[in-house]
This record gives sequence, C-alpha cells and structure tokens, in this order.
Amino acid sequence: MSNLSLLLLLLGLLVVGYQIGLHRSRGLVRGATGERLHSRPQYHGVVVGLWAVGPALILVVIWQLLAPGVIEQALVSQLQDVQPGLSDQEQRVALRRIDNLASNKGLVMGAHDWELTAAQTLSAMRKTSGWILAGLSATLIALGLLFSLSRMSPSLRARNQVEKVVQGVLMISSGVAILTTIGIVLSMVGETLKFFTFISPLDFFLGTTWQPVFHVTETSGYGHYGMLPLLGGTVLVAAIALLFAIPVGLLAAIYLSEYAPGRVRSFAKPALEVLAGIPTIVYGVFALVTVGPFLASVGDMVGLHIRATSALTAGLVMGIMLIPFISSLSDDIITQVPKALRDGSLGLGATKSETIRKVVLPAALPGIAGAVLLAASRAVGETMIVVLAAGNAPVLTANPFEAVSTMTVTIVNQLTGDSDFAGPQSLVAFALGLTLFAITLVMNIVALAIVRKYREQYE
Amino acid sequence: MSTNSSTVSPAGATSTATTLSREQVATRVNASLRRRHRQEIIFKGMGIGATVVGLAFVAILFINIFSKGLPAFWQASITLDIYFDPEVVAIPDMPQRLSGESGNDFRQRRVDWENEVGLVNFNRLIQAAIAKVIPEAADHPRDAARLVTSGERIALRRLVIADPSIIGQTRRVTLYTDANIDVWLKGNIDRSLPDGQQMLNSRVREWADRLYEDGTISLRFSTALFQNPDSRSSLASAGLRGAFMGSLYMMLIVLLVAVPLGVASAIYLEEFASRNRVTDLIEVNINNLAAVPSIIFGLLGAAVFINYFKLPFSAPIVGGLVLSLMTLPTVIITTRATLKAIPPSIRHAALGIGASRTQAVFHHVLPLAIPGILTGAIIGMAQALGETAPLLLIGMNAFVASVPSTPFDQSNALPVQIYLWQGNELRNFFEGRTSAAIIVLLALMLSLNGLAIWLRKRFETRW
Repeated sequence: MSNLSLLLLLLGLLVVGYQIGLHRSRGLVRGATGERLHSRPQYHGVVVGLWAVGPALILVVIWQLLAPGVIEQALVSQLQDVQPGLSDQEQRVALRRIDNLASNKGLVMGAHDWELTAAQTLSAMRKTSGWILAGLSATLIALGLLFSLSRMSPSLRARNQVEKVVQGVLMISSGVAILTTIGIVLSMVGETLKFFTFISPLDFFLGTTWQPVFHVTETSGYGHYGMLPLLGGTVLVAAIALLFAIPVGLLAAIYLSEYAPGRVRSFAKPALEVLAGIPTIVYGVFALVTVGPFLASVGDMVGLHIRATSALTAGLVMGIMLIPFISSLSDDIITQVPKALRDGSLGLGATKSETIRKVVLPAALPGIAGAVLLAASRAVGETMIVVLAAGNAPVLTANPFEAVSTMTVTIVNQLTGDSDFAGPQSLVAFALGLTLFAITLVMNIVALAIVRKYREQYE
Repeated sequence: MSTNSSTVSPAGATSTATTLSREQVATRVNASLRRRHRQEIIFKGMGIGATVVGLAFVAILFINIFSKGLPAFWQASITLDIYFDPEVVAIPDMPQRLSGESGNDFRQRRVDWENEVGLVNFNRLIQAAIAKVIPEAADHPRDAARLVTSGERIALRRLVIADPSIIGQTRRVTLYTDANIDVWLKGNIDRSLPDGQQMLNSRVREWADRLYEDGTISLRFSTALFQNPDSRSSLASAGLRGAFMGSLYMMLIVLLVAVPLGVASAIYLEEFASRNRVTDLIEVNINNLAAVPSIIFGLLGAAVFINYFKLPFSAPIVGGLVLSLMTLPTVIITTRATLKAIPPSIRHAALGIGASRTQAVFHHVLPLAIPGILTGAIIGMAQALGETAPLLLIGMNAFVASVPSTPFDQSNALPVQIYLWQGNELRNFFEGRTSAAIIVLLALMLSLNGLAIWLRKRFETRW
C-alpha cells in the first residue's frame, strides 16, 4: 500500500511542478522583453513537472525491482554464517518463515531464536532501504525541479521535448508485449531447468508413465514424470474436437457465405458467434453435467461402455466451442476468393456445389488450413473443459471412451494451492507449460504465416 | 477440374457426338445433369444441416442453463413469527456514547457489545417459533433447527443490533430454509429414495411438506445469491457477492492497465513506428501472444508476480495483472484496426496547417478513433471476465468467505466461483446454484458485448 501512496505523492508533485512551470513561463512573457515563447506555457509546465517526477519515478521502479533481491541475498549470506549447513529446501522454508515473522502476517509456529533475529534484521534492512529510497527520491525531485526551472527561457523548445517524451512512452508501451513474451519464456525456462535437476529431460519427454509421488520420502524417489500419456491425451481430445468442429464449421461457413439468403445469414451468423463468446468454464459445466451423462446413456443403449467423463465428452464439447472459430475464420477466407474464379467456373456450366468444391475450396485451402491450425492450437491449450470433463486419468490410450488427462489439466493439478516451487511436483507444471507454449507457438507461427501469405495472394 | 470436363462442359459433349447419336447424347447429358443436381441438393443440404447443428447447440446450451438456473433464483424461505425472548436474548443495553469518551473507545465498546450479541443462542428463538407452527417440533429441537439454514442466526443478530428495542417483541421474519429442504421441495432429489439415502429424516421431510402446503415455506426470490459471499457452513446462504467484487476489481485493473498500455502501443505501431525489423518483430509477437493459451499467462503470474514480486496469493491485484497481459493483444489489435480505418486525409489536413505529428494524432485522429477503441476495450474486458484457467494457478480457487475490500485481499472471481460450486458435494442444490451463477456471468458478458455493439452502431462513421 505504501507504493500506492508513493505513486499518489508523485502524481501530486507532477501537478505542482506543472503549475510552477506554467506560471513561471507566463512570467517570462510578462517580463515583456519583446521575445515570444517558442512553446505554449502548458508545455513548459509539463516539462517542469516531468523533470520533477520522472527521474524519481524511474528510481522508485528500479528500486522496487531490485531491492527485494538484494535484501534476500544479504539475508541468505547472514543465515549461512549463523546457521551453516542448511539445505536449499530448508533455506527456502526458513526464508519464508522469516518473511512472515518480519511482516507480521500469518502465525509462525515455534520460531527459533535465530529466526527471530533474522526477522529483525530483515525488517531493519527493509526500513533502511525505504529511508534510502525516500532520501534519494527527494534529492532527485529537488534537483529535477531546480534544473528544469534554471533552463526555462522563451526560446526553450518545450513542445518538442514533451512530444519526444510522449513518443518514448508510446514506444515503451509497445515494448510491454515483447516483455510479456520474454517474461513467459524466461520464467518458464528457469523453472524448467530447475525441474530437470530432479528428473532427466529424457525421462520427461519420452517416459510413458505419469506417476508423480506427492510426499517424497527418503526411499520413494520422485516417481515417474513421463510426459507422453499427457501429450497423448491432449492430442486425442484435440483430434476428436477437430474431427467434429471442422466439418460442421466448414460446411456451415460454406452454406452461410454461398447459399444462405441474406435474412438467414444475418440471423445465423451472430447466433453461431454467440458460442465463441461463452466462457470455457460454462462449456466445462455443460460437458460434465449434461453431455457426459447423455453420452454414457447412449453408450449403454448400444452396448458400449462410455465413461461420463472421457476424451469423447471433452472432445465433443470442445468441438462445439470451436465451431464458431472455424466457421467465422473460413467464412472470411471463402469470401476473399475473387469473384472472377467463381464466375469463370459457373460460366463453364458447373453447378454451384461443383464450383465450391472444385474451384473455391481449393483456392481457399491454404487459408482454411491456417484456420484449422489456429483452431488446433486453441484445442491443445484449452483448459477448463478438460479439467472438468476429461476424467483426469494420465494413461496412454487411444480409446476415446476412456478417461484421459491432458497437459493443461496436469498443469492445473500440479500447481493449484501451492506457491512453493521447490519440488518437482510443482516445477513440472512449468516444464509442461513450456512444452505447451512451444507446441502452440509453432502452430501459431505456421498458421499465421499461411493465412498472411494467402491474404497477399488475393489482395 | 480438367479431368471432369468431358462430363461437365458442353464442349465435351459435342466432341463425343461424332460417335454417338443425338438421342444418346441427350440421355447421357440428362442423366449426368440429374446426378449433378442431386449432388447439388445433397451438398446444400449438408450445409444447412451443419448450420442447424451449430444453432441447435446454441439452443441446447442455453435451454439447459436456463432450465437449471432460473429456478435457483427462487429459494425456499420460511416465514416465522419470532419472539425475541428477553430470557434468551439477555444482553446489556446498547452502549451510548458518554460525554468525554473518545471515538475510538466508543467504537471499541460498540464492537464488544456486538460480539456479545453474537453469542446469543438465536437457534432457540428459531426453534421456539417453529414449535408454534408445528407443535410436535418442541420435542425435537434438533430436527426443528434443521429446517432453517445455520447462517440465518446472523440475520437475527443483525435485527437485534439494528434495533435492540425488538427484544421482548414478536417480529415476522423470512428466513432461508436449509439447502436440503430446498432440494426436497423442488423435487431435485428422488422423493421415492429409501430413508437411508435421503439427506433429511422422514420427520423433517414431512414437516417441510406440511409447511410448504400451508404457505409458511414458499419459494421466494433469493437475495442471498447477490448479497452474501460464499459459504460452506450455511450452504443455502452462499452467494456471489465476494466473487462479483473480486471480478469487479480485476476488471478495474484491466481497465487501468491493459487499456492504456494497449492503446498506447497501438498508436505507436500504427502512427509513429517506421517499418523496420523491430516493428515487424513486435507485430509478429503480438499476433502470437493473442493465440498463446490462457493457462500460460497463469504460469507467468505464478512465477513472476507471486514467486518473484511476492504479491499476495488469491488477490485480485495479481489476477487483474495476469488478465491484463492476456487482454493486451486484443486491445492492441482492435485499436490498430480502428486507427487504420481512419482516412489519411485527416492526418494530412492537420499536418498541412502546421500541426506536429503528435498533435495531428492526439488532437485529430484519436478523438475519431475513440468509439472503436472503447469497443475493443470492452470486448477485451468481456473476454477477461470469463477467463478461469489462469486464475486457478494464482490461487484464486481458494475458498473465501468474505467480500474483498481492497484488490489486495483474498478473493474469488465469478468464473472461479462457478468452478468451485460445480464441485460442491451437495450436488442437488449446487447444480442449480452453479447454473444461476452462469446466468449471472453470461448476463454480465452479454451486457458488456451489447454495450460494445451499441457504441459501435451509435458512433460508427463510414468514410
């Protein structure tokens, strides 16, 4: 919360700086030396405000990013003096307990004396860091104010400076997207490497047994972390979804774009797109409560054993979710096929369906392939439907009537309710996440490249 | 196409006519035409079929949700004449502020007093009131207590605190019945099941039926659903308020983080950036980010916001930041499309009369783009509102029985509440509650989307 008040304080300073600059620059003209201001007084105000707050703000941000790490390092080195021979795991637990003691949150049972002292050191260090930060920023604010006021003159190109800053801020904003990607990759690579210190990558990528041990004892080892059953489940569910969604979505798109009268189209297209706006948790509940039991009873009627939560249930419902995705993407692509191609085919006497099947679809094929690939990457990364409806049984099977587990389900299971990334049990979630990220990334890049190329072809 | 030309095109027919008579040709052509027209009908039929299947799923989904969820908005409630027996509600007078007492001291005494009111055995009042309508209930106080859900004691306490003068009086109060009574009366449990499999014993069931018939218990619109946070001890009073507030905070954060950042990057990329490799990289990156599975953003949040920055677990601030990063690409892409649609003549005109590039963009282009930007922002927020998976990874699936008062408090979110409720053991009751929560969520999302469509229609300019 102190951060918030700090921000508010800086914001207030910005306003103060702006006012000072505004009045000062007006004073410059009123001095009536005959000189005109290059920029309007408001720009001078902004320049002063920015000089007052900008450097301090940058300092605060950098400080907040780095200080916790530095403090923790200092604490760790102290701990090693006081309490040598702590294993990595014990150290992490100790650090968390000390943190809780220092910040008075949560009860810490049976705190040792050395933990209490460490907690005191920690809060003392935090306090010092806070004071240093406050002192430094106050100096920066004062310096910034003085510097900008001393530079103020009628010929100062204040507007150009402000515009430069605005453009800089815009540029930095567009960097956030890149930062996000870098953040995703770095955080996951880091944790994945930690995971590979417990389990060898070979066992992870090529193992066929998924059997993590949750309570590790001296003798039991970590269990088996073979990814293939999860990958198999993911592929199975996604394949069922696509087998269902591609024909329905594509045919619906063809009908709506080529055959349907205007009134039908204007009603059916938005109605189908409603499906795209429904949150996946709703599909998950629908699958679990309605579709699963329905499929099971159908199975009973025809003498098949279908589990209520199975790859088929999850795949089918995911297929429903993907219908609007495929249909609206293919609709766009089909309407992009030039009219001349159609007219040529119709002019040669082909029927409408022959034109579509033999001229329009082949021409649109690359684009449709891209759309399908995008849909596939969605199916692979979809979480809530499979969490609720796939049955969570990490076994390698190709039987769609059986329960399976997928990578996303396992990420959720391994990570929920636990923020301690110490053991392979939770670290594996990052290894799975990284694999999933890589798979979907390749699919997306290929799909987007295909779609773009296709678009250029007909533009 | 070329291999079929002999049967398809008239040109092929004439070339074979040298060996065939006119009539043979005619029959052949007619036969093939019939076949081709049949194919045409089949193909069109398949298209109609697919569209109907798609629409049927929309219909089934909505009918399913509404048929389950709508009845859950009306909840079994019992109307009782409660006598606030001074012997049971034996509490001191409400503290009055003494002259010269500091505000803090008074508040402390007041809180102590309220805590004391909380210690009163309100169940005895309820049992006594039930015994008035069912005389034999006096002999079975435990069964009588099972009629009313346990959380309703708090409602009585609230009445006493609001107005201590009701002690010694009789008031007509409407309380929620136990969740199992609601299930029984609505027929959500098989009434013919043997006693051993029923949640309530036969006596309570018989009482419930009797009271329902004489109107003491009736189905009333449930305000608990909207006014209470989640609850595990008193299932019938579990509500969505905590989850709603959590989602609201997260939407605010998305609005404050994703929208400005997204709009700023879109402006930079569309109006200022020169075409070079860095810009291309950013573009490819944004397009890919839009297609990254949402759960990956949850992993990012767990690793960076919680593990590194030590932000609190299960808090809307973390959820909001994660959802912001997830929505960012959507906002950027829609804003760019809007900016692209604004004709260059506007920019040229501004530049021509001496505006700088920044002035042209901020004074002339941006105001015209605002409706489109708002539409994109709202659509992005609707998407964030319905997202569940990343929130599970940052601990928002924890049970939270309070309404968060700041974005740093533990909290739920609407979609996660749905996830939690569907997993509740009392299936028969929570199936309805879950669907009701889904209806609330869908209604919110639909109104957001409706707002976006309205904005687009209202302010749309065709150039």
